[in-house]
Amino acid sequence: MAKENRQLLQGNAACVQGALYAGMRFFAGYPITPSTEIAEGSARELPKLGGKFIQMEDELGSIAAIIGASVSGAKAMTGTSGPGYSLMLENIGYAFMTEVPVVVVNVQRGGPSTGLPTKVSQSDTMQARWGTHGDYSSITVAPSTVGDTLTETIRAFNLAERFRTPVTILLDEVIAHSREIIRIPEPGEYEVIDRVKPTCPPEEYLPYEITENYVTPMPAYGEGYRYHITGLTHDQHGFPTNKPSEIIVKLDKLKKKIENYKDEITKIRVEMMDDAEIAIISYGSVSRAALQATMLAREAGVKVGCIQLYTIWPFPEKELLELCGKCQKVIVGELNMGQIVHEVERILPRDISINTIQRYDGEILTPVQILEKLEEVL
Amino acid sequence: MSASNDAAGKETTKPAARKSKYDYSKGPAPLNINLSWCKACNICISLCPQHVFEPDQDGKPTLARPDNCTQCTICWIYCPDFAITSNYK
Amino acid sequence: MATVTEKKAPKQKSDVTLHYLRPGKKFPNVWCPGCGIGIVMGAYIRALDKLGWDRNKVAMVSGIGCSSRMPVYLDFHALHTTHGRALPFATGVKFNRPDMNVVVITGDGDALAIGGNHFIHACRRNINITVILINNNIYGMTGGQGSPTTPSHSYSTTTPYGNAEKHFDPCTLAKAAGATFVARGTVANVPQLEKLASQALQHHGFSLLEVVTNCHTYYGRLNRMGDAVTMIQKFKEDAVMLGKAKKMTPEELEGKFIVGVLHEEEKTEFCDVYDQVVEHVSPK
Repeated sequence: MAKENRQLLQGNAACVQGALYAGMRFFAGYPITPSTEIAEGSARELPKLGGKFIQMEDELGSIAAIIGASVSGAKAMTGTSGPGYSLMLENIGYAFMTEVPVVVVNVQRGGPSTGLPTKVSQSDTMQARWGTHGDYSSITVAPSTVGDTLTETIRAFNLAERFRTPVTILLDEVIAHSREIIRIPEPGEYEVIDRVKPTCPPEEYLPYEITENYVTPMPAYGEGYRYHITGLTHDQHGFPTNKPSEIIVKLDKLKKKIENYKDEITKIRVEMMDDAEIAIISYGSVSRAALQATMLAREAGVKVGCIQLYTIWPFPEKELLELCGKCQKVIVGELNMGQIVHEVERILPRDISINTIQRYDGEILTPVQILEKLEEVL
Repeated sequence: MSASNDAAGKETTKPAARKSKYDYSKGPAPLNINLSWCKACNICISLCPQHVFEPDQDGKPTLARPDNCTQCTICWIYCPDFAITSNYK
Repeated sequence: MATVTEKKAPKQKSDVTLHYLRPGKKFPNVWCPGCGIGIVMGAYIRALDKLGWDRNKVAMVSGIGCSSRMPVYLDFHALHTTHGRALPFATGVKFNRPDMNVVVITGDGDALAIGGNHFIHACRRNINITVILINNNIYGMTGGQGSPTTPSHSYSTTTPYGNAEKHFDPCTLAKAAGATFVARGTVANVPQLEKLASQALQHHGFSLLEVVTNCHTYYGRLNRMGDAVTMIQKFKEDAVMLGKAKKMTPEELEGKFIVGVLHEEEKTEFCDVYDQVVEHVSPK
């Protein structure tokens, strides 16, 4: 049996490993705590694979550069934190409109503004969904361990390539800076998806054609398909349009290509929910404490289960409704003053009491705190 | 010096037209003007050193004195809308 | 509205521009009658045509503004990006694909105001990108506001009492920041503009070609400078070749602008140096 490739890695380093595994060969970034190790790791590893790393003059340049790299044919990523992600939003919106696959890692820290650069938080969750202006659907994934970070980064790239869209990975300072021994997967062990290429002759190619699954094949530069990409709302040729009928077609395309395929995007982890009367809903680093609390409470005979959201956006409404429909109570655990709890309130029936346990003082939620909340709510 | 008016009717004194070495009676007209692309910006009319053009009622150029055209290229290299092409160059 | 559908082989030099127009795109272009941007587009295409570049190897990147609407009209890879960000987008394209010829089309507001930070860093890196900066001293697309090149005391919709700010010269700025080819042309001298465009496109490193261009719709009107023809003729009078300018006194140069190749040097190019790094590092 071949010796397993086990390494003691930091969360940020695992993110880089996942990206390289998924085929990332271009990284542009800008230093910002607590994400900088992602840039440093990319700067070291990419040249070894013939890839390219560039430190841009700011986050605006970083997101622009990876979109430029992606349209010309590369799988590209950038890593940042709250303040940088805020600066990137206009061009993330550009990638939505032009349907360009890129991966943006937001290692969350205390906010708003400069906030708590070295402290944990999950207060950018809604920003990942609604951050940039206009109507669009967005995909956001959230690992909770160093090992998850590697596999969720692979998944993020696959989702970006499959749906021709920017994907945000929500990390936080705890996961990013924790070190754990993880196994690096073998090549071929995880599926790696690449963008679909056009096969029609260039003269017939419609760069934004409304296809059956609303995702249009995307060539690289230099392959004979010379088309126009613009942030202006455009028709299927990619030419700017002000025609109401064409505007609706474009905006519906951006939404349907994701909302109609949520089954391919949603990923949640469900533990001990079969007979659960109370469910703990969480994501990211809170999920580890939630799982621990659930196991301890079960030992004390409490019928509790927990649900971890690996995919936060699009929000897994169907799954949560099925799982929590039969519970009397839910507890939503977050490291913010309440963000996805509003989604839970929106979708669960009124008769289920929705409780929250929130921590926004820069420290992580502990299993004991969650247990105390459980006792209070029971 | 021969006086000619440009589109704005201003009196402009331009050097007299040189004799063109092209004989357009045997071949096609010196230039083609795409009136649907032309925006009557008056650049070709004003810059033409040989007073080939006169503005029509929309201000768009007409080949009023085609024989003067020496194929100097000024009109079509300065046209912002690529509305002029030559049959000789 | 005629659209260019069939691809005519260029019989004549005067047809060359038509050969590069994007099939299916409606013409005439969106610019005001007499706008110099169209003149720059023609000169640029003819220069590029002479170089015989494969159009599959040309990527045009632009930001937001009147000049940035150019790539949609041309049959190359076209990337019409966000305001001020053409250069970092282009950096991503070029750095990922050094085999592509990357040309940025931008304006004085797009490149020097909101895009200023990216502009100086792209110069500093000396990345092999050609920037055609169409300078009409005003924000045209948004209706006539002052820009970083709007001369002091002149009028715009946001400097209704005369511009209290000083303007900077994109060429001296680019040279100071590290650009290795800097030239200025004007729509009033197209033959020279074609030559400068050709030199800029061929230069290996960051090349800036500033083109003094008329915006009679806003800058010209607000400053009583007459129509397109009048502005273009004034440019012809005010343009001074570099050689001659060196022998002129500051007073004589007042109100004039210097045209020609203002700076040219060979320095290692960003993508080349990085490729050497990759060569050295990646195992054979």
